[in-house]
Amino acid sequence: MTDDRRQEKLKAKARWTRKDLLSVEELSREEIELILTTAESFKEVSTRDVKKVPVLRGKTIANLFFEPSTRTRTSFEVAAKRLSADIINFSSTGSSTSKGESLADTAKNIEAMHVDTIVMRHSSSGSAEYLARCVKAGVINAGDGIHEHPTQGLLDIFTMREKKKSIKGLRVCLVGDILHSRVARSNIWGLKKLGARITLCGPPTLIPPGIEKLGVEVTYDLDSVIKDQDVLNILRIQLERQKGAFFPSIREYAAEYGISQERMLKAKKDVIVMHPGPINRGVELASEVADGPQSVILDQVTNGVAVRMAVLFHTTMAER
Amino acid sequence: MKTLIKNGHLVDPKNQIDGLMDVLIESTRIKKVAQSITEKAEIVIDAQGKIVCPGLIDVHVHLRLPGFEYKETIETGLRAALKGGFTGVCPMPNTNPIVDRRSDIEFLIGEARRVALGRIWPVGAVTLKEEGRELTEFGELKKGGAVALSDDGHPVSDSNILRRACEYSRKFDLVIMVHCQDEGLFCDGCMNEGFVSTRLGLPGIPVESESIEVARDIQLADLTGARLHFCHISSKKSLDLIREAKARGSRVTAETCPHYFHLTEEAVLHYNTNAKMNPPLRTEADVQAIKQSLKDGTIDIISTDHAPHTESEKEAEFDKAPFGIIGLETSLALSLTLVEEKVLSVSDLVMKMSVKPAEILRIDHGHLSEGAAADVTIFDPKLEWIVEKEKLESKSKNSPFLGWRMRGKATDVLVDGRILLKDGEILDK
Repeated sequence: MTDDRRQEKLKAKARWTRKDLLSVEELSREEIELILTTAESFKEVSTRDVKKVPVLRGKTIANLFFEPSTRTRTSFEVAAKRLSADIINFSSTGSSTSKGESLADTAKNIEAMHVDTIVMRHSSSGSAEYLARCVKAGVINAGDGIHEHPTQGLLDIFTMREKKKSIKGLRVCLVGDILHSRVARSNIWGLKKLGARITLCGPPTLIPPGIEKLGVEVTYDLDSVIKDQDVLNILRIQLERQKGAFFPSIREYAAEYGISQERMLKAKKDVIVMHPGPINRGVELASEVADGPQSVILDQVTNGVAVRMAVLFHTTMAER
Repeated sequence: MKTLIKNGHLVDPKNQIDGLMDVLIESTRIKKVAQSITEKAEIVIDAQGKIVCPGLIDVHVHLRLPGFEYKETIETGLRAALKGGFTGVCPMPNTNPIVDRRSDIEFLIGEARRVALGRIWPVGAVTLKEEGRELTEFGELKKGGAVALSDDGHPVSDSNILRRACEYSRKFDLVIMVHCQDEGLFCDGCMNEGFVSTRLGLPGIPVESESIEVARDIQLADLTGARLHFCHISSKKSLDLIREAKARGSRVTAETCPHYFHLTEEAVLHYNTNAKMNPPLRTEADVQAIKQSLKDGTIDIISTDHAPHTESEKEAEFDKAPFGIIGLETSLALSLTLVEEKVLSVSDLVMKMSVKPAEILRIDHGHLSEGAAADVTIFDPKLEWIVEKEKLESKSKNSPFLGWRMRGKATDVLVDGRILLKDGEILDK
């Protein structure tokens, strides 16, 4: 298939009207499936000798990262480049935000350079939605506080679908710090819309209040649920949470919720193990498991580029 | 000079008046209250179809002077108060510097006198710089004109300091207005803790942050015999404790604000920073409990906690935006809905917005007895209007009620017999 034909096909299929991707919560099942389908066709681009299609040629995308991130920022950068967009990087260190400039002013300055889409990571929940209200450019949420990380949620679901064929009826367990996890929230919304059965597992201190209202099961005991799961999505534990009295020690956390080789013996043979990275090896995930046959962690990274290509494509091409 | 208010429906609960009655004012005092007064007066106000009542008093506002004049001043705050039908307000001391000395109180009162747009009764700090460590000079503050004490914005976390403040306050019969907040539970919260905070990914403030301190403060009121007043109560849990304490005879009183009986935590959805205040908006069950408590008398006062912040401060990421909303200009209309819903009678409402505030502050206001200061509010309970940013008198516009259709508005306000608001317009000097 030539690039021109691919572009036509994509355009024809697009029922996408959003210039922004702020959350998975706001997406319909059809919109999620559209992104996943588009990502499937973009995935092949990255395996070519010439890893580039001209679909976003002449478009400018800005990475605006107020929190340190290598993986997500790079993934967006690679995705944009493979779509032939120009991408520029702003990071908070050394930029005007450290001189007290407001988020709205920073964004408006970037927009004044005729940027089409802004990819933002920020420590405040809701900052992406706020930014979208401030600017006419498209906004892609690359993680806002503990609210959502929609592209991570979508790439996780993409990977689950790739490995397990269908999401409907799939048993997915999210393990760890659900309370502070934007990845968990995006996973939950997306997986629910596609019909998965979700179990949240973590210490009682790290389960957000009222989360059962989303139609998920909650357990504090990993060993009692691990055997039923098709997918274990392990969340990164932030070591500084210990100071907030969420758990007494890393050692005890690892003993109760770490995915060790021994614990894996209780799981289904064909379970897949996922992690959004970066991994605390030996804490939430044993090295043997992270590098073992059931781990799909590097597939997630590969798929992340494809999913972000799909997201950048649809949002940037949406009517303004 | 004489002013006659004719044909109005006078509601003066303290004098058990609730009916058609004229009010004659001579100079700064009420001269006569009777049906169909025929005496000649230089000024006649026709209050046909309107309610005439003792001037409304807001015991809890932030006028931001000194230190935060870009948000509000005595002048703009009093203009907002007049529009809202208030003849007097109590500015809280959490300014910069904190109002913790007699001279600070005197400065505020002098400023209000200069502005001449209504009364202020300042609240002095309980502790120096509101740091919760050393007591302020209660006697001096009172001599300067303070009518109450509060470290509003913060709790007095050290129970022993609050105990001593309570004990010492008895000498001066000053009420201590407590802002109930357990600092540990409050943590870095910025909205009510629950399903909505989980969905939005915002750090939550549990109801218990308020109710635990309410429980403690009731015990301290009982221990010391001091008069404690609970500021801006937002939750059923706190109200249950206060109701029980009052039944036992504790010397506690309580206030709530219109936003706590009009809005729930759902108003925060889409990260609306104009729905961010402390304590936070709670749930529908709390709203119902507040209405019940207004009805059964557990809540004595409707205040506003008028907290001006500029648009550039509120235009920010939700967790970075300051707490607080303005309320002076919308309070009366929002409270009149309680009359429509049959939660309160008009007389009850005047109790909660004028009589009780005066009683708790120990000021001789809140009634229109002959010889009393002629502070009068006249409002049209049926007048419909829309809350428009451009028309607000407050320097700040941070209201969650912008665009709301309201019913009921002050048309005329007299302070010391002087008409300051006439037909809904402020009369400048």
